[in-house]
Amino acid sequence: MRDQNRAPVLEALTNHKAARVVPFDVPGHKQGRGNTELTAFLGRACMEADVNSSKPLDNLCHPISVIREAEELAASAFGARNAFFMVNGTTSAVQSMILSVCGKGDKIILPRNVHRSVIGALVLCGAVPVYVNPQTDLRLGIALGMALEDVRRAIEQNKDAKAVFVNNPTYYGICSNIEEIVKLAHKHGMAVLADEAHGTHFYFGEDMPKSAMAAGCDMAGISMHKSGGSLTQSSLLISGPNVNANYLRQVIGLTQTTSGSYLLMSSLDISRRNLALRGAEIFKTVRGLAQYARDEINQIGDYYAYARDIVNGDTIFDFDPTKLSVHTLDTGLAGIEVYDILRDEYDIQVEFGDIANILAYISVGDRERDIERLVSALSEIRRRKKRDKSGLMRFEYISPVVKATPQEAFYSPKRLLPIEQTEGLICAESVMCYPPGIPILAPGEQITRQILEYIDYMKKKGGSLTGPEDLTIERLNVMKGR
Amino acid sequence: MQLVFTEKHTRHVGLCIEVDRQLYCSRSRFQRIDIFDSHEFGRILTLDGVLMLTEKDEFIYHEMMTHVPLAVHPRAKDILIIGGGDGGTVRELCRYDSIRRIDLAEIDEEVVSVCKEYLPQVACGLGDKRVKIYYEDGLRFIRRCSDAYDVIIVDSTDPFGPGEGLFTKEFYGSCFKALKNDGILVNQHENPFYPEDALAVRRIHQRIVQSFPISRLYQAHIPTYPSGHWLFGFSSKVYHPVRDVDTDRWKQYGIAARYYNTNLHRAAFALPTYVEDIIKDVEDAGISRL
Repeated sequence: MRDQNRAPVLEALTNHKAARVVPFDVPGHKQGRGNTELTAFLGRACMEADVNSSKPLDNLCHPISVIREAEELAASAFGARNAFFMVNGTTSAVQSMILSVCGKGDKIILPRNVHRSVIGALVLCGAVPVYVNPQTDLRLGIALGMALEDVRRAIEQNKDAKAVFVNNPTYYGICSNIEEIVKLAHKHGMAVLADEAHGTHFYFGEDMPKSAMAAGCDMAGISMHKSGGSLTQSSLLISGPNVNANYLRQVIGLTQTTSGSYLLMSSLDISRRNLALRGAEIFKTVRGLAQYARDEINQIGDYYAYARDIVNGDTIFDFDPTKLSVHTLDTGLAGIEVYDILRDEYDIQVEFGDIANILAYISVGDRERDIERLVSALSEIRRRKKRDKSGLMRFEYISPVVKATPQEAFYSPKRLLPIEQTEGLICAESVMCYPPGIPILAPGEQITRQILEYIDYMKKKGGSLTGPEDLTIERLNVMKGR
Repeated sequence: MQLVFTEKHTRHVGLCIEVDRQLYCSRSRFQRIDIFDSHEFGRILTLDGVLMLTEKDEFIYHEMMTHVPLAVHPRAKDILIIGGGDGGTVRELCRYDSIRRIDLAEIDEEVVSVCKEYLPQVACGLGDKRVKIYYEDGLRFIRRCSDAYDVIIVDSTDPFGPGEGLFTKEFYGSCFKALKNDGILVNQHENPFYPEDALAVRRIHQRIVQSFPISRLYQAHIPTYPSGHWLFGFSSKVYHPVRDVDTDRWKQYGIAARYYNTNLHRAAFALPTYVEDIIKDVEDAGISRL
């Protein structure tokens, strides 16, 4: 283990500031002096740390000194062979992972409940998705992890696939049996890529689900800015011993900015140090807060705050104990309705609401008194708004019907049709529903009646639908002549 | 030698009190607690550097928090105080023989023990057998109560800090649930003078009018609180604070108050125009929502 007390990027920035270097380079705001309004808003220290690559500060595109050291420290802290600082979010980490193993026509095995960035990667590289339908929990109305048997079948039926992609965990905190999936995939010569956007703390907390690196995955994208505490958009891509790190860096360089932000990089460096030194203690506190909130919420009645009690050994192989997911349907209110009431009437913003659940994100920044507010607000919403739950839509998992690769469909000649006229046609764009950011339609998939009804329902319930060219989602692009 | 305690009331205005000596200073799990001896105001309690009470003028606050609802409610027997660990509100309530239960939900046990030791004039009622202290977050405590109290008195710190949860819609809604069918809620309501505080007054009132059919503000003059002009909230399911006050009944309690009297009761609900203006539209909007 390297000396995790070090923070090379931070140290270099501190030295740079002390040297009082006169900047005749970008950025043009010159330590904030050239943009007093922005400096007044963000603060002088922030502007002074917004600097350009230079010899003493290294260069993200070609790290040879302090960024390299910081990346090596990060790799060591996460038990990885290599780590890469990412400044365009875990989206870029996920896309770089996929782009590094899949080319045009290559198959990749993946669960349907992947983040939109994965679909984007498929459009970019031309890979063929082989979806493993995640099982669903009908009571909770959520997509789960991949059943091991389903992964085995997908691998055996697609022995030429290049990689298996795993959410570790899902947005809801659900983990698949990642260790066994790795064994299966590796036996067939496939790489295993993990989306650990919600898994930073698995590497530092005690009694957490298995992390991708510990399970033997080849690569993982890690949203340090979520449970890791770094700035929004900063992320890590980490890789194991069987990955050619230099090639991976080349792939990252295809889409990554050449003006890597030192605000983001220093936040990664400082956060990594904090996690390495104090992570166990931090996530013990977070777990405690989440467990307290669950206990209190479950005493209110009708709400169901779940955690490891739903673990089933397969599709819910493990559950992230820091997640606070609350099933709301027994109050007669959809999750998205509770989400809206919390924000509009109680000034409480939770992470998301879907048909049946809300998810409150608990982190080291939370205070007991804020948890009390959330619990009391839920109690009040039930007292004031509880109603008969008949008429609430039940969650249904919609199996995609893949008719073309995402790349083929996305770049094909298209027709923009009113959405109600698209039934049976092949979609040429993505339709995502936020939350939770799982594709309803990806390019190349057939538009079914069920899908159209779901889109209509989510529109009415106030879900945010994104992806299509037409922002109002009144019209959809379909493949011409299909 | 000159020792001065200063509390900033705004960024540019502060109250300075010459201090004789500091008697106590510690950081509890929730806040910093200080006790000073001063020449002009006697003993002073501050939490996180914010003045909570002085021996000289605490009677104003505590009398107005208690006698106003007790003069309106015809048979208040079960009372809940949220906050109020100094004991001043309890002391005033203990003067009513008709009260049978006083529950106190105070988050910080150290405030209670410090006040018992250094502010006996204020904390003297805490030993009364009708008083039961729950060391718990007020919001958590009230969540579990239903149809339990005649009067709830919210004797809290400012809305910025540990007491923040006691100024929320979820808290006022929970108080409504915790009160009996004809219950009354009284809360400290900040000052209406400084713009930032006036905004808080408005927000607090907005949240309360959404929870209670009757909700009025009243005022008192408290020298050591910001601007010296302090507001209180009177919220109620049935009783109107002025129309339903029974002055004869209150006089029969035989309580010798120094600030409160039955004439002042009615007058306290007459607000300056600028204060009415702060709350007028949120009141109208709130009433239309009920």
